[in-house]
Amino acid sequence: MKMTARFLARLSRHPNDNRVHWLAWALLGLLLAALPWLVASGFGNTWLRILNFALLYVMLALGLNIVVGFAGLLDMGYIAFYAVGAYLWALLASPQFGLHWPLWAILPLGAGLAGLFGVLLGAPTLKLRGDYLAIVTLGFGEIIRIFLNNLNAPVNITNGPQGISAIDPVHIGSLSLARPIDLGFVQVPSLVSYYYLFLIAALVIIGIALRLERSRVGRAWAAIREDEVAAKACGINTRNVKLLAFAMGATFGGVAGGLFAGFQQFVSPESFGLLESVMVLCMVVLGGMGHIPGVIFGALLLTVLPEFFRHIAGPVQQSLFGTVLIDPENLRMLLFGLSLVLVMRYRPSGLWPSPQRRREIEDVQRADAPADVPVSPM
Amino acid sequence: MTPFARHALSLTAIALASLSLTACGKKEAPPTAGNEVIITIGHAAPLTGPQAHLGKDNENGAVMAIDELNSRGMSIDGKKVKFVLVSEDDQADPKAGTTVAQKFVDKKVNGVIGHLNSGTTIPASRIYSEAGIPQISGSATNPTYTQQGFKTTFRVFANDIHQGQALAQFATKSLKAKTIAIVDDRTAYGQGLADEFKKAAEAAGAKVVAQEFTTDKATDFKAILTKIKASNPDVLFFSAMDAQGGPALKQARELGLKATFLIGDGGCTPEFIKLAGNAADGQYCSLPGVPLEKMPGGTVFKDKYQKRYNQQIQLYAPYVYDAVMVMADAMQRANSAEPAKFLLEVGKSQYQGVTAKVVFDAKGDLAAPAVSIYQDKGGNWSYVETVDAAAAAK
Amino acid sequence: MDIFLQQIINGLVLGSIYALVALGYTMVYGILGLINFAHGEVVMIGALVSYSVMMVLVPSGLPPVLLALISVLVAAPVCMALAWAIERYAYRPLRHAPKLTPLISAIGVSILLQNMAMMIWGRGYHAFPDILPAIHFDIGGAQITLLQTVTIGLAALTMGILAWMIQRTSLGQAMRATAESPAIAELMGIPVNRIITLTFVIGAALAALAGLMVGANYSVAHYYMGFMLGLKAFTAAVLGGIGNITGAMLGGLLLGLIESLGAGYIEDLTGGFLGSNYQDIFAFLVLIGVLVFRPGGLMGERVSERA
Repeated sequence: MKMTARFLARLSRHPNDNRVHWLAWALLGLLLAALPWLVASGFGNTWLRILNFALLYVMLALGLNIVVGFAGLLDMGYIAFYAVGAYLWALLASPQFGLHWPLWAILPLGAGLAGLFGVLLGAPTLKLRGDYLAIVTLGFGEIIRIFLNNLNAPVNITNGPQGISAIDPVHIGSLSLARPIDLGFVQVPSLVSYYYLFLIAALVIIGIALRLERSRVGRAWAAIREDEVAAKACGINTRNVKLLAFAMGATFGGVAGGLFAGFQQFVSPESFGLLESVMVLCMVVLGGMGHIPGVIFGALLLTVLPEFFRHIAGPVQQSLFGTVLIDPENLRMLLFGLSLVLVMRYRPSGLWPSPQRRREIEDVQRADAPADVPVSPM
Repeated sequence: MTPFARHALSLTAIALASLSLTACGKKEAPPTAGNEVIITIGHAAPLTGPQAHLGKDNENGAVMAIDELNSRGMSIDGKKVKFVLVSEDDQADPKAGTTVAQKFVDKKVNGVIGHLNSGTTIPASRIYSEAGIPQISGSATNPTYTQQGFKTTFRVFANDIHQGQALAQFATKSLKAKTIAIVDDRTAYGQGLADEFKKAAEAAGAKVVAQEFTTDKATDFKAILTKIKASNPDVLFFSAMDAQGGPALKQARELGLKATFLIGDGGCTPEFIKLAGNAADGQYCSLPGVPLEKMPGGTVFKDKYQKRYNQQIQLYAPYVYDAVMVMADAMQRANSAEPAKFLLEVGKSQYQGVTAKVVFDAKGDLAAPAVSIYQDKGGNWSYVETVDAAAAAK
Repeated sequence: MDIFLQQIINGLVLGSIYALVALGYTMVYGILGLINFAHGEVVMIGALVSYSVMMVLVPSGLPPVLLALISVLVAAPVCMALAWAIERYAYRPLRHAPKLTPLISAIGVSILLQNMAMMIWGRGYHAFPDILPAIHFDIGGAQITLLQTVTIGLAALTMGILAWMIQRTSLGQAMRATAESPAIAELMGIPVNRIITLTFVIGAALAALAGLMVGANYSVAHYYMGFMLGLKAFTAAVLGGIGNITGAMLGGLLLGLIESLGAGYIEDLTGGFLGSNYQDIFAFLVLIGVLVFRPGGLMGERVSERA
């Protein structure tokens, strides 16, 4: 394996860059296409399901990254948009109202509605900065959740805390992803077809995020993140650009939410609590804020890590001490908390920050001056 | 773009390396140990988070059943069998619930006991149903669970409809309540039970004078209790768990609210009495089934539990214990631990458990669920009466 | 009328506790600009340590008031040591890191403490013993217990001492200087690191006291109790203008009052459309309203230009 790595590394330094480039793409594509089969046969369907959730979190983390990473606005209620997308799917494709809309109708609608909610959240909070914004967005997230939890009376819309069950699975025409799809030469299991769907959605979102980062708007976001006053002085319409960040980020969340509802076929308000928002935020920061590959990595890591601890917490103790000293469940969360602290301590700009950002931070640390000595406004 | 290509390449290398490593390290679990056949039972409940104490209690019940089955020494199809329990933490989170369910399916467990909450049980039941694995819950009370049309879902516990109606019947007939206040904690459990109770109480002629709400994380109930006090009800039905019910009762008395306090199975625990202190005296709770003391083997179970875990039964342990026993009984009768074979026998159960005689209806709910009412006398829940829930429903 | 008065009393008691916890958030924020997410867990540890001490001492037959006093004298140093350790190992190395880094670290500490508490105190709920005899006073038809009176009084007294300390003593002066600018304070010969540690430690002592009060007033302690409480207290701190001591007290009391009056009257105010299930929305709406019109919080200076 080491040899392969070395070979690949050598290849990547090949002078004929274009060819290597294509080779890299092809390899990565092949790996992504083969991954569900490898995972399912190597680790079992559990890990394939975890992988599917990981892809959903990649979409969420990329969405939040637009708000937090690109525009520098701390949003702690991001999961509300995920909830909006999920509930819209649940309402339009379940026996709740007897509606059974198709994917191509609900998903754009969910994205649009989530985007609208993003603007609704953004508009009153334009003047707020940093931690004030954090607490208001947190409140917004809770308000959405409380409404979802209580809108079963006097008119039953969301079915309240009971949640909505028997939601339609994702289906394209008469082809339902909940059942194995027979392609003639191979049967594609349900989890694998969901994987491909989620992968396509995630790739589209990654593509959009990459384009956005380098677009005019992306540069305006970066300007606002670094210095809002200066950005405004340079003629950037900070209000519109900030609203756009909220709306774009929310849209991604709405798409992920819709897919989640179709995949899980059950939604209830408890899936959209504050802790989920915090988790997505952790993914963004832990991975490397503002750096798309880093954020993707963070999302994958934080979805897999707790499950990984779940698998090793018991057996490792068994082999070390011959008995299970600490409850594995307890240890799992303990290790999770500890790894958050340790990563932040030793990689403060995240595990995979953008090279530029890492340089900035190292400069600051070398100068050993407080990073944000507040300049008194008055 | 070169850095991207390099990242892509190294990523591919890393992924392939780790995949091949772990794939090699994977071992197939031996289906037999010596000449014993191993039967794996999956158990899922929240073992972390606010409901962890109840989850652990469920697990204890399952562990006791498994140990008893193993010490009794069962043989199926002429071979000695050994039961193994695989317990997983579903964190009371629907998403984690489905991951755990998938894990059980991958491990090819013979049957599943759980989950604890309706919110995790319902999404997980779809996965078990697709894999054809029988699932018996000893605590999920949402009626939807068994109404989804799956053949694999069973429950050895009265659902919200049964319990709500039995409680309402007790409140209006035995307590002769004319005015009732209801508090629900806006969880699937609290809201489901409160709604059924309200419907049945109003049908029986009582008036619901106040309906207030709290959360499953609250500790301060004074604001809503003060409001309820203004409407001066005969009975206060608190549809929540013990952790909220106990402190709420104590705070109600501090405010001078004198209504008789009534709580469902979530509050029918020693924990409730501990938390409410003296205020619990004379108040009522309900628990599906017939009291352990009145059931054959019930007292033995209770003593054994207390001796083994050095604590009182929290809540659902006996039901989970019964659930495991019902499953083992079905395997015995089918003479097979193959899910496809013993599934049919689960539905035909006629098992005398420690909480009830387990006979299922067509959906997998108890055919004749009974609900018992208890009253706190001197710090212990003592039996008052049993309401025939099926009759109350009519 | 008595119902309204009763709700005011309920709100004041709740608000006093929020205020005590909010002080911990606001002091740390004032100096470091850091949301110390783990502060709620320190309150939880305080409550559980007090509980354990009382349970150990109950057989000795000492009067409950004395038990409570001893328990808080044990719980406070424990919490202070804990806060010291958190600051030293989880926050100080990150002082020059990007703004969100310590936030994630704080979330990590919070998860860590919760699970440690679960290992030590178990998963169950603990019934907090009564620390004062159940004496009621009657005020215009509403009831206030001795415990509630003491809670409000003690909170007011503590906050008074704190305010005096910050405004009048040299330690307070050093804290204010550090809050203004750590770099310049350092140049003026103020031991900035020690001041920051002290801020954490003082906040933790208040948290221990708050933990005891929560336990005693609502008679329950649990390893999960810190999260919601911390969140509400943080909201209170922001409402008052985070970084501002008086603001934290005001914000705490106000949030307590909003919550209890909201739960009590939201139904009448909305003509029965919204019930007490929307009480948390009520609190957040007030918060959003305040911040939209006064982005710096009630008592905060206009800091909107500060990122």
